[in-house]
Amino acid sequence: MVNIRYAKDNFELAENQSVLDCLTGRGVPVPFSCRSGVCQTCLMRATGGTPPESSQNGLKDTLKLQNYFLACICHPTADLEVAMPNDDDVQAVIPATVKSLKLLNSEIMHVVLECHAPIDYRAGQFINLFQNQSIGRSYSLASVPHEDDHLHLHVRRLPQGRVSGWIHEELRPGETVEIRGPGGDCFYIPGNAEQGLVLIGTGSGLAPLYGIIRDALSQGHTGPIHLFHGSRDLNGLYLTGELRDLVEQYSNFNYVPCLSGGDVPHGFAAGRADDVAFQQIPNLKNWRMFLCGHPDMVKAAKMKAFMAGASMKDIYADAFNVSQSS
Amino acid sequence: MSQQESLYEKLGGEAAVNAAVDIFYRKVLSDNRISSFFEGVDMEKQAAKQKSFLTMAFGGPHNYSGLDMRRGHAHLVERGLNDSHVDAVIEDLGATLRELNVSEELIAQVAAIAESKRNDVLGR
Repeated sequence: MVNIRYAKDNFELAENQSVLDCLTGRGVPVPFSCRSGVCQTCLMRATGGTPPESSQNGLKDTLKLQNYFLACICHPTADLEVAMPNDDDVQAVIPATVKSLKLLNSEIMHVVLECHAPIDYRAGQFINLFQNQSIGRSYSLASVPHEDDHLHLHVRRLPQGRVSGWIHEELRPGETVEIRGPGGDCFYIPGNAEQGLVLIGTGSGLAPLYGIIRDALSQGHTGPIHLFHGSRDLNGLYLTGELRDLVEQYSNFNYVPCLSGGDVPHGFAAGRADDVAFQQIPNLKNWRMFLCGHPDMVKAAKMKAFMAGASMKDIYADAFNVSQSS
Repeated sequence: MSQQESLYEKLGGEAAVNAAVDIFYRKVLSDNRISSFFEGVDMEKQAAKQKSFLTMAFGGPHNYSGLDMRRGHAHLVERGLNDSHVDAVIEDLGATLRELNVSEELIAQVAAIAESKRNDVLGR
């Protein structure tokens, strides 16, 4: 007999019953539409146990790896603990000590955190960092597991930003904060090592990309890797030295810093990062795309990348939405 | 089991849907007659919906009822969805299959399935 555990309730799975039918039959409001494993409306996540491979058919690889599944075609043969994809409560809060704080440019702080408990993450995912019990913000991870000892964040100070202001002004090394995570499906997956990668980021959208690039390189990615990092002016760019060092070190890595403001010195591309990228690589068929940063850029670039030939399953994106409750 | 291959099998099943979905979605997005209906939607979710639609039109397994079709498109009918837009979708569908070298005979069968949903989609 198989049991489905959802939000502390146990439901017995009847013979030939799907997880969707089991849960909705007992009044759990799981959204659904096609009931045939295609539309992905009933996407759920296993937080305990492993969902059958057949229930992950058609899902993005990054979701499969995190045990997401489609409830309507899920017929597990062993107990499964499940959650809705947006249930925040499924992860425990972990304390972390601030190891260092260093400005990367005038508005972006490099925050290094040492977790008190191990955290299993992939470069490019994000964590939530809490100022107190009720206020937290999502920050992308620029660090790479096995390469970096601690978690690295790039925190941009937002005008009137409550949490970013606190991190920039008040937080000190040695203090302990609470984090929860990781989350997000914008990360590198090994395999298809010859595939070309295009990474486009604005502002602190470089954080996940910096992690993804170093992750891909350390896992032996051989295909070309093009990073387009954009800002209005020179002050907005950062880690330029580190990135130029990576170019020296890896012949398949290419770094294009882009400036959309007026003054463009030698060695920088003129224009917005996404425009420069699509000019330089007009045909994106078979390329893998990573898009991070300003929500408008991410949205527009996603559409442009798709229309330029990139497959939907090869487009990974993380839009940095600014919290309204500042 | 019927000895005869179904339309879905003739087209190549799920692999054919996967091959068609990006091409079809690109055609729809660049079709000025209907692209405005897709403005501002989550592309990832929309691609999954396109896949559901193609699976159904290819004669594949699905559980959509006429009522589901009505409910799913009611908000678009309110925004002016009409016969000309359904025509455009069926045309784009045909062009997608032609690009994948599907025979005209099978394309006609797919178009007929799509056509049979017209009244439900348009809520009449």
